[in-house]
Amino acid sequence: MSDLAQLERDVEEILAVARWYGLDHFEMRFEICPPEMLYSFGAYGMPSRFAHWSFGKAFQRIKMEHDHQLSRIYEMVINTDPCYAFLLRNNTRVQNRLVAAHVLAHSDFFKHNIHFAGTPRNMLETMAASARRIRDYERVYGREQVEGFLDAVLAIQEHVDPHGYRFAVRERGPGGPEPAAGAGVQAPLLPDKDLLGFILRHGRGLADWQRDVIAIVRDEALYFWPQFATKICNEGWATYWHLKIMRSLDLNEAETIEFARMHAELIQPARTHVNPYLLGLRVFMDIEQRFGEEAVFEVRTACDDVSFLRSYLTAELVQELGLYVFRRIGYEWRVGERDWRAVRDTLIQNLFNCGHPYIMVENGDFHRQGELYLKHYYEGVELDVPYLEKTLPLVHRLWGRPVHLETVLDDKAVVFSFYGGKVSKRFL
Amino acid sequence: MTTRFTVCREDWSLHRKGRLDQQRHREKVRQAIRDNLADIISEEQIIVSDENRLVKIPVRSIREFRFRFDGHKQKRVGHDDRGVAVGDVVAGERPPLLRGKSAGREPGVDYYEAEVSIEELSELLFEELDLPDLREKTESQLVSEGVEFRDVRRHGVTGNLDRRRTIMEAFRRNALRGRPGFHGVSPEDLRYRTWVPVHRPESAALVLAMMDTSGSMGPFEKHIARSFFFWMVRFLRSKYDNVEIVFLAHHTEARETTQEEFFSRGESGGTRCSSVYRLALDIVRERYPPEHHNIYAFHFSDGDNLTSDNDLCVALAEKLVKVSNLVGYGEIEGPYYYTSTLRATFRRITDPRFVSLVIRDKDEVYKALRTFFRSSARG
Repeated sequence: MSDLAQLERDVEEILAVARWYGLDHFEMRFEICPPEMLYSFGAYGMPSRFAHWSFGKAFQRIKMEHDHQLSRIYEMVINTDPCYAFLLRNNTRVQNRLVAAHVLAHSDFFKHNIHFAGTPRNMLETMAASARRIRDYERVYGREQVEGFLDAVLAIQEHVDPHGYRFAVRERGPGGPEPAAGAGVQAPLLPDKDLLGFILRHGRGLADWQRDVIAIVRDEALYFWPQFATKICNEGWATYWHLKIMRSLDLNEAETIEFARMHAELIQPARTHVNPYLLGLRVFMDIEQRFGEEAVFEVRTACDDVSFLRSYLTAELVQELGLYVFRRIGYEWRVGERDWRAVRDTLIQNLFNCGHPYIMVENGDFHRQGELYLKHYYEGVELDVPYLEKTLPLVHRLWGRPVHLETVLDDKAVVFSFYGGKVSKRFL
Repeated sequence: MTTRFTVCREDWSLHRKGRLDQQRHREKVRQAIRDNLADIISEEQIIVSDENRLVKIPVRSIREFRFRFDGHKQKRVGHDDRGVAVGDVVAGERPPLLRGKSAGREPGVDYYEAEVSIEELSELLFEELDLPDLREKTESQLVSEGVEFRDVRRHGVTGNLDRRRTIMEAFRRNALRGRPGFHGVSPEDLRYRTWVPVHRPESAALVLAMMDTSGSMGPFEKHIARSFFFWMVRFLRSKYDNVEIVFLAHHTEARETTQEEFFSRGESGGTRCSSVYRLALDIVRERYPPEHHNIYAFHFSDGDNLTSDNDLCVALAEKLVKVSNLVGYGEIEGPYYYTSTLRATFRRITDPRFVSLVIRDKDEVYKALRTFFRSSARG
């Protein structure tokens, strides 16, 4: 029997087991591909995404880590309907079965988790079309031009509002009406988290292609957002299920050992970060034990990482997993606290807003000069000032007028401003 | 409910996006390196590295800037895999190296270090350099050898098989025998490309590398001189087949050394710069007659010369300038400041073939290289 036919039979069996357990996934498209493709899908987040050097940088890093066996990617799965899963060409039969079970659970998660409800499921095609348009812009307006503009847009790609009315702005995207020339930009009535959307709506002097690029990056950021927001529970879910499904299969001794080894590798604890596979798996197992199997499905539907950990990370789990808080003292990182509440709260703080600083547009007509006033909602961790000073000019490049960012340094409110030239700093 | 699925294996060989963007990224790295050559080439770790090693260079301009938290001020969570207690170290960071904030491997902090080979770095640097004022000297026309493939023969090395001609021969043979078409290759069809050696005339040059190794040359001064000579040697050897380099180290006395010795040894004692100029003149007279050689001499010192020696030094340097295409004098201004320096004395030399400059900072090694080795010749 050919490998492909073998894999097909294996997948069929795994699907049956998954169905029996109650998993409900999108229709699956398994594609076998060489390692290099997996690196590139990993770097881009999607096979059809537009080209940019930053993806090339990620590609190089992933490839290097892979070549040096620092990490290994077995699969990649994307949130689309049908759901595409890419399997590594040289996977063994056991590896492929584990991966198939794992991605089925991801697919089930994509389909049922509430945070994915708004994501367009045809993003593969959408991104391909966007990539084509960006390529056309490069041809027409020059590669350097487009790349430089993308650099600026990507610098603020995290600043979207995943809970707002997501795709309303898109309708007036490319070719949409330019705000009336000369009219002062309306200050938002309420602070607006959607920085990209705000620039798209109110930015003056942007060419159509530039507005389109902003809209593309914004749509993609919104599409990816739930994946970053559910990293732990999504991986936990997939791990929880590949374990269950693999244990239901009829594996021989060698296969059992191979599976056990691979699984153990996946859930290896790390000293300097949290392994999402391990943490997510253990929380789900604990939920099953305490509340029954029904509850597991409810959690999968309702939670993102923050609510997942806030509701279900217990003192016992923190103890069992040996979680601790560490911080930098001098040149070293040292264990600070082991109290479970401190661990939980630190985790949640780091996961909040997908780990990005929470920045709002406070005013789009600051100084009544159409200047952009942003505010960082400080929650105890300061911003990286050198990065801030390099990012502000990029925002200026998009906005076309002076930009300001208010934040907190040494417990004092401070405003960084960029009028062109050099970034200045003023304590309030 | 039946769930449908497909399994397939596609041909991905044309999917090259990752490679292309990787290439673009590398281009940007190269550009960043080119923009920061002045800083980079005098990095300690490069000068002491062996030739084939890769060096890591912090590259700033290709970071992906964004609003982010100060990683150093963030608390993090880890797993206790072997039992840790409060206060235990879970990760370290190298203390900063030569330059300010150096990137360390620490959790979650985005750092970027480009890895480049010395060779790649040389290539970028040498694009801008040339041996100035190179004249063809009449007799000792040295040649650099190269090969060119210009001929086709019936015998040769398999690797040089000219497949196109071989197949043409097969067609021709079959056609002559009245069986047109291709029916395999027979030995008589084989054709090989063959090379002929070509001689390119090139002028011979001698470089005199002279360095002050006296006690007043501190670690900084030596580092500067070494950096300069490190790149100079690499540059000359990479660009010209026939450049001879003679290394002369001096304090109160001068002597000829090997390249290794030259870069590694440190001595003590006073300084009498005339000694090295005298030795240079001797070597030129005895071994490299100026009518056959283009002579370039570079001398690095901290300028702290014996005052009584200054006049003699100028006189000898002027002699050396007369037989040379260029004499370069680099004075390294260290933390100590001397009021009467050799450079001030050298101002008396008016010959345009004498060039002197001051190096105050590491990044001025680059300036020195560009001043001495620029393609448009002077005077």
